[in-house]
Amino acid sequence: MNPDAVISAEQLRKNYGDVAAVDGISFEVPAGESFGLLGPNGAGKSTTMKMIGGVSQRTSGKLSIMGLDPDVNGPEVRAHLGVVPQQDNLDEELKVRENLIVYGRYFGLPLSYLRPKADELLEFAQLTDKAKSRVDALSGGMKRRLTIARSLINEPKILLLDEPTTGLDPQARHILWDRLFRLKEQGVTLILTTHYMDEAEQLCDRLIVVDKGRIMAEGSPASLIREHSTREVLELRFGSERNATIGAELQGVGERLETLPDRVLIYAEDGETALEQVSARGLHPLTSLVRRSSLEDVFLRLTGRSLVD
Amino acid sequence: MTNGTDKQLPTADPGLRAHAPAVSAARARRWGSFFYAEQVLRVMRGYSWSFIMYSIAQPAAYLFAMGVGLATLVDANGAAAFGGVSYLQFIAPALIVSAAVMTASGEFSYPIMDGFKWRRVFYGPHASPLVPQQIAAGHVIAVTLKFLVQSVAYFIIVALFNGSPGAWGWICALVATLAGLSFGLPLMAYASSITKDSGQFALVQRFIVVPLFLFSGTFFPLDSLPLAVRWIGWISPVWHGTELGRMFTYGMEESPVLTVVHVLYLVAAAAAGWVLTRRQFVKRMGQ
Repeated sequence: MNPDAVISAEQLRKNYGDVAAVDGISFEVPAGESFGLLGPNGAGKSTTMKMIGGVSQRTSGKLSIMGLDPDVNGPEVRAHLGVVPQQDNLDEELKVRENLIVYGRYFGLPLSYLRPKADELLEFAQLTDKAKSRVDALSGGMKRRLTIARSLINEPKILLLDEPTTGLDPQARHILWDRLFRLKEQGVTLILTTHYMDEAEQLCDRLIVVDKGRIMAEGSPASLIREHSTREVLELRFGSERNATIGAELQGVGERLETLPDRVLIYAEDGETALEQVSARGLHPLTSLVRRSSLEDVFLRLTGRSLVD
Repeated sequence: MTNGTDKQLPTADPGLRAHAPAVSAARARRWGSFFYAEQVLRVMRGYSWSFIMYSIAQPAAYLFAMGVGLATLVDANGAAAFGGVSYLQFIAPALIVSAAVMTASGEFSYPIMDGFKWRRVFYGPHASPLVPQQIAAGHVIAVTLKFLVQSVAYFIIVALFNGSPGAWGWICALVATLAGLSFGLPLMAYASSITKDSGQFALVQRFIVVPLFLFSGTFFPLDSLPLAVRWIGWISPVWHGTELGRMFTYGMEESPVLTVVHVLYLVAAAAAGWVLTRRQFVKRMGQ
């Protein structure tokens, strides 16, 4: 294992009964990196996060967080971490600011530190004017920001974020991304799971694509796209009945063809040229769109399935 | 909302630093249960008004009704059946103990389901250096304090009504706290084992708590019940606690062996409940 890595996993496995939720994955995360686990629901991302977070014991394999084994030194490992769970578990019966202070007490932090720190984090999370509100009065985006603020109360060097923006509207997501990007700039190691490709592209330096508990690919978003997809994608819609049968007529256009129930994807270096070739064959789609390849396309290529099945 | 570009970063004040993670872990290992108890007490503080009403107004109303109403009638017909003391003195320890058990039935049921399932508040501290057994212990510590405050308040009101003539009557507040744990910890173990609320707690309230209250020698000596239902008292923390309480408040005479049985029963039930609760928390939160 790399001694500079803050997180090292080697053949990490977690079984629930006969089912392998995580099926022998290996990765390393150096300090300060923003590392993502991208995959659909049920891929094993959250289970991996729980093992890193020292709240779920692995079935086999090696796992080291800051040089410590989370199964042996759970409290010591968790003392290094900030955790943003998939499901908010704020204390709704306490006020917003009190949630931060109470959480800091779990780390044995004194009130002389916690009171000003809570104010500072509320400012960071843009919740200063809500400090005395009850948590149940906050919107979903505000609760998420409060959960992130709470995770920072102990000034962690590693922040675990499990689906941080699921369920949020686009504006709330962008505010969160901005906050997370600032943390990254400060050198905090971010580990995040997501099934949003745009989130992974925005936030991750490097990521692993996970499916059915296994790593399908690893690299930076740009390198994964370069390696597993073309530069551009032409999306064509011929109507749900024709999409399935049009494939034969499109053979030879672009480098590769994917037929989905609602559209046909043509992978090409130049999408406009591909569209001209389609028109030249006398085919007239209802709609057409040329876009850059994304991680969604990488996932489709690797697994044959869409990320949001 | 703004894009917040002018907002400060979390480490804006360079003088404000958290201690090292190793210190956090060491403190959590040592004091973690109390850290979680602090959280539960802060939540309870939000309900102080209803707690005061429950701890003072309700006992006062009960004792007034019993002392002025029922006790007058019972005492007029002779106190011999109640060991030579007034009816109010007879029922006062039972009321203190019953109140603690009633509180236990609330504090060790729904809040546990809430922590695991509804609002999942146990999972917040679970991601911190605390371990599951400390979260369980923290809840127990906070609720124990609540029992104690409530029982002391109840005892003071009893004393004001001349319901505790003996010098050692205050120990009844400790006995009530023990009885609350004796009933509450097995209930907490059960509550932490269920994953779906299908009205189990309402059933516990109706078919366990209420019969224990009625058939535990609360309003009349257990001996006056037919044998067929007397066993309810024998297995009831309310009866064991009440009998101990009566020894301290008015000096009820009892075989020393039976006194030991009362104490052992209450301690054993609480201890068994705690062992099962601890195991259940570790199992449920470690998956």
